[in-house]
Amino acid sequence: MAESAHGVGGLSFDASRRSWPNEVNVFIALVVLIVVFEVLNRLNGGSFLFNMRDNVDAIFNRQRLDIMLLQIAIVGIISIGVTQVIILGGIDLSSGSVVGATAMITMSFAQTAMVNGNPNPKAIFGDWAMDLPVIVPIAVGLACGLVAGLINGMLIAYTRIPPFIATLGMMVSARGVSKWWSNGNPISFPTEAYANLANGDLLGRLTFGLVSWPGQNPAVVFFALAILFQLIMIYTVYGKRCYAIGSNEDAARMSGINVASHKVLVYTIAGMLAAVAAILLTSKNLTAQAGMGVMYELDAIAMAVIGGVSLSGGRGSIVGTVLGAMIFSVIISGFTSIQLDAYYQEMVKGAIIVGAVVLDQYRQRRRAARA
Amino acid sequence: MSDVILRTEGLTKHYGGVHALQDANFELRRGEHVAIMGDNGAGKSTFVRQITGVEQRTSGRIWFDGREVDFAGPLEAREAGIETVFQNLALADDLDVPSNLFLGREKFWLRLGPFSILDRKAMRAATEAALKRTAVKIPNLSNTIRNMSGGQRQCVAIARTATFASKLIIMDEPTAALGVQETAQVENIIRQLKANGEPLILISHNMRQVFDLVDRIVVFRRGRIVANLNKAETSGEDVVSYITGAKTAPEYEGAA
Ligand SMILES: Nc1ncnc2c1ncn2[C@@H]1O[C@H](COP(=O)(O)OP(=O)(O)OP(=O)(O)O)[C@@H](O)[C@H]1O
Ligand SMILES: [Mg+2]
Repeated sequence: MAESAHGVGGLSFDASRRSWPNEVNVFIALVVLIVVFEVLNRLNGGSFLFNMRDNVDAIFNRQRLDIMLLQIAIVGIISIGVTQVIILGGIDLSSGSVVGATAMITMSFAQTAMVNGNPNPKAIFGDWAMDLPVIVPIAVGLACGLVAGLINGMLIAYTRIPPFIATLGMMVSARGVSKWWSNGNPISFPTEAYANLANGDLLGRLTFGLVSWPGQNPAVVFFALAILFQLIMIYTVYGKRCYAIGSNEDAARMSGINVASHKVLVYTIAGMLAAVAAILLTSKNLTAQAGMGVMYELDAIAMAVIGGVSLSGGRGSIVGTVLGAMIFSVIISGFTSIQLDAYYQEMVKGAIIVGAVVLDQYRQRRRAARA
Repeated sequence: MSDVILRTEGLTKHYGGVHALQDANFELRRGEHVAIMGDNGAGKSTFVRQITGVEQRTSGRIWFDGREVDFAGPLEAREAGIETVFQNLALADDLDVPSNLFLGREKFWLRLGPFSILDRKAMRAATEAALKRTAVKIPNLSNTIRNMSGGQRQCVAIARTATFASKLIIMDEPTAALGVQETAQVENIIRQLKANGEPLILISHNMRQVFDLVDRIVVFRRGRIVANLNKAETSGEDVVSYITGAKTAPEYEGAA
């Protein structure tokens, strides 16, 4: 963080002066990456961000942006929760599986009775569970996330199981639930109201048509949640306690903070955010599958780490994670745009995560060396 | 109101088989500054942790400010009026100075349960006042503790005790790891407390400091109190021989 505070352009700053926030570095990295991919695409006569087809009247490549935005939004919502958990000094490996289990359970309360005049071929329950008001599957979904998060939090706070192990257990169990729920069968054909959760025009409705952004509800929800939680992390005692516990758990305890109950709260919120992602994802795809959300936990952790959230706890921000999510998505879409093979993409993804952690540890060592 | 602010009777702490603290009978009067001395592992910090509710004692009783107390946790002790600078500096490295001063006792602008909104302005103002009172100079309050020198950190920890109205201040080796100037600064804060009539328990290995600052010296050895000496009636050599075990005060004969 403070590397830049010394002698930029030969100037020497007062060491006590507030240094340049890490988010600025992440933002610069984002811009650089976009430019790099734009240049690489231009070399092949294409474009990363811009529309190159003459028969389409648009400035930007809408299709690519839509894909990127959806990825940022869904995994990003999970990452908002994961960020809080990591700042707290923990880790959550269960979020991808919680998405899967929540998706299956939620979707079975969101089904519609008749599909094109025929009974729903994928019906899970009887008529009683058909065409329920949309609030029911939403409530069921949030309850799933709440239970999963609560179990994680209680295990971590009240037994001495390390977060890595506790959430690994939840990762395996929740995936089991998602496979067992309908014996591996996909659950499809939601009500129109449920489909509209992701595909409608939330922004248009909230602003009474002033601003409209149809089909991008996941992004709207993501940015709204990101702003909300960024404010919470900075301005409320909840955020303070996350940072305090993450940077020195003993100090937090000695200062009288109820560390255990705060941990339960944070993991519960993380679980519920994973549930929000599951609801939006199933609504967007109009179906739930047992394999939904596989590896999302790692993508969410990667987004946070790329955004400067330190795996050792105490440092990072939601803004950083939002930028990290954008970088993550730019890299994935960037590789697709230059037709890099999917296998390479996975390898690169792994390398990015490791690279971000190495960078974080390097920063910490520098800091320790200066102290 | 009694003259005694803190009294312990038979205070004992065992960690499994380790008898870290045995049958400690201790008394501190209002306005009095007492030093606790003893070798490493003598049980000094253990004694502090039992008084401040950080750990639960094995046995014994504690009276504070005229009533018997049984603190379930450190917050209860703080609320009762015991402020402590712990040996391992209970600071959150990634938070700034005001956040550390008010850790666990934040001021709120709006109460909303766990999402209560902090009154950052008020906390900052109170921090500035506390630092002024203790003459601690910290260039930038928004700096995280991590970016501060050992001396500055220590000063923050000490300033924290001065931020809140307290009836007893305990400092566990507050000047270990400090330079000459910083040590002098901390000692000035302690003199200030003495002038204000605030009682203090000072744990220190520094003989000169102890003789400069306190009224009375209590020596711990292997988990037991082995001497209770008036500064005016004792000497450095005397204290050393109690610490090393060459001598044991007659009233504690049975103990050691
Ligand atoms: N949590 C614990 N579990 C087991 N043993 C402990 C624990 N805490 C302290 N001890 C033991 O209790 C004894 C007293 O420790 P304590 O920290 O009170 O010593 P001290 O007098 O403060 O020493 P120092 O001058 O080094 O700070 C030591 O033998 C120590 O190893
Ligand atoms: Mg000690």
